Amino acid sequence: MSIPLSWFLILSAALFCIGLFGVLARKNAIAILLGIELMLNAVNINLVAFWRYLDPAQMAGQVFVIIVFAVAAAEVAVGLALIISVYRRRNTVVADEIDMMKW
Amino acid sequence: MTPVQIVFILCAVLILGSALMVVSTRKLIHAALWLIVTLFGVAILYAILEAGFLAVVQVAVYIGAIAILFIFAVMLTRRELRDKSPQLRKNWGAAALLGLLAFAGLAFLVTSQPGVGRTAAAMPDGLDTVQALGKSLVSPQAYLLPFEVVSVLLLAALIGAVYIAFTRKS
Amino acid sequence: MNLLNDPIHFIAQWLQGLLTGWGLSLVLAKVILALISITVTILFAMALAIFLVWVERKVVARFQDRIGPNRIGPYGLFQPLADIIKLIGKEDITPALADKFVYNLAPVLALASVILLWAILPLAPNIYGVDLNVAVLYLVAAGALGTLSIIMAGWASNNKYALLGAFRTVANMISYEIPMVLVLLIPTLLAGTMSVKGITEAQSPTWFFFLSPLGALIFLISAVAELGRSPFDLSEAESEIVAGFHIEYTGMKFGLFYAGELLHAFTFGGFTAVLFFGGYRFFGLENLGPLVAAAIFLVKAMFGYWIIMWIKYTMPRIRIDHMLAFNWKFLTPLALTVLMVTAVMEKLLAGTSPWIYSLGLFLANLAIALATIEILHAFGKWQRKTEASTKPALQAGQYYEEQNP
Repeated sequence: MSIPLSWFLILSAALFCIGLFGVLARKNAIAILLGIELMLNAVNINLVAFWRYLDPAQMAGQVFVIIVFAVAAAEVAVGLALIISVYRRRNTVVADEIDMMKW
Repeated sequence: MTPVQIVFILCAVLILGSALMVVSTRKLIHAALWLIVTLFGVAILYAILEAGFLAVVQVAVYIGAIAILFIFAVMLTRRELRDKSPQLRKNWGAAALLGLLAFAGLAFLVTSQPGVGRTAAAMPDGLDTVQALGKSLVSPQAYLLPFEVVSVLLLAALIGAVYIAFTRKS
Repeated sequence: MNLLNDPIHFIAQWLQGLLTGWGLSLVLAKVILALISITVTILFAMALAIFLVWVERKVVARFQDRIGPNRIGPYGLFQPLADIIKLIGKEDITPALADKFVYNLAPVLALASVILLWAILPLAPNIYGVDLNVAVLYLVAAGALGTLSIIMAGWASNNKYALLGAFRTVANMISYEIPMVLVLLIPTLLAGTMSVKGITEAQSPTWFFFLSPLGALIFLISAVAELGRSPFDLSEAESEIVAGFHIEYTGMKFGLFYAGELLHAFTFGGFTAVLFFGGYRFFGLENLGPLVAAAIFLVKAMFGYWIIMWIKYTMPRIRIDHMLAFNWKFLTPLALTVLMVTAVMEKLLAGTSPWIYSLGLFLANLAIALATIEILHAFGKWQRKTEASTKPALQAGQYYEEQNP
């Protein structure tokens, strides 16, 4: 394969930074979770690129990616359940408006 | 420019373009749909990297489950006025600057490593990645323990999500 | 290799020689060949979809004791063409305030998710799109794309009924993916590979249907639920929830959904044939030539499709809560049990003769089926007893409502 490793790493760095922007700059809590998903995918690209380029015979890279898949799924499930539950009580999903523990 | 490089560049444009649409589009449902395009681009990238199993699992798990969960959540928490007010916070300029600085730092760090411009060696002959992955996930000398811990994590997430989102009919 | 034994490769080599003879580079010739093969596969699948419309209408007519289309063409064979002309001629209405791009993309994605599956179906030992080594998982992933298209259709129609129907259909589909994935592991286990071609080749002494009939049955049930066909079509039947997620689609867009559903049903019939009934194999007849093998495969796929149609036109519709309860409380535990017992028996009987192997696995399946029936029987009896003890006794000729006026 004739693609230099640095291309993959720069792509994943760019995707990570776009996700970072999404997390820091968006109001809606679900949009923040979308940014987190972008960051997790950037990390996965990094892991698979290193697996392929350094030692494809060692499965640690792919196992790590599978664990990241499972962790991302678990986090999205619980995070969205929390957001829906907060929406039912406070009728808002804007992260800035969910700032009081009790009133 | 070999064809693989052309495919990679097209794929990279797809991923980064749709990721930018995810974080900047006004309607949240469109953001979720652009995320699906990004996830599909990442699956194509895994296929380029000859991790076929991961590409198919990415489509089945991320697009088939997580993205649909996002779309459901967006639909269940909709308020009509939300889509018309600005979707970015007031400090989005600082966030963009931080993102650019982080990217510049990471890119510099990556390209300053020796040997990072290497191209990949050919895959070892006779390596069946799916079989090797399966064996490493269930053998005690390899990654059996993380595998079992992850299954307990998924069980905990399942119970937690059901408990949090459960509404009693009374 | 010559034209008779290996038609695809022969034609590909000839075309490649032709293109490089015209001066194109080898890489460009390969890309053009790939595009041509993709186009040919899609054309074959779409032509089959048109034929399947006629098959469906004739079969439903026979089940309902009537003749079906018999006016247009011999035996009504050109009826689908008349249907297509009618659909193309209809007015193309887009609802106001509908999200135009998503609204137009949904039927295309629904059809695309079905045609993607035709890339891995092996029609003959040498006629297939690609021999993926994770083909079984690819089947699940393409199903996920279909689910996505339904929710896009339901949301983009800007219609509450469409949204509700889409929610229900998607909840149904992602629930029935679980037993389907579990049962898809059974041919994988028995063949030792996830490649569909490998599974076909591994069914050498006995078909996997005889090694695991319960697995085939559960796959059939979850496939029918995945297709969104009757008896699981509560969310999209014409008389329920005002036709569900495709209520706002007119003309050819509805035609894409409809043809996509029929083609999806046939494709799942094809997968049942490949995974459980031996694919293109039939006691060595497939070695006569690729066309014979393709004919055998198409006959088996049509048989699978006929069973799916039989189920559709015989059984009444199931309610949504019964559907989900059936999946989570019955089908998933059963699929897990069958998978575990098959794995254990396969390891125990690994080196024995094929007869003992087949008989052992078949008897294990039979034992699970008998145990399931006994458990359901005992559960039903217990349920009736607890209900009878809590309800007061009836007098002769009295109904329950009369007791508490």
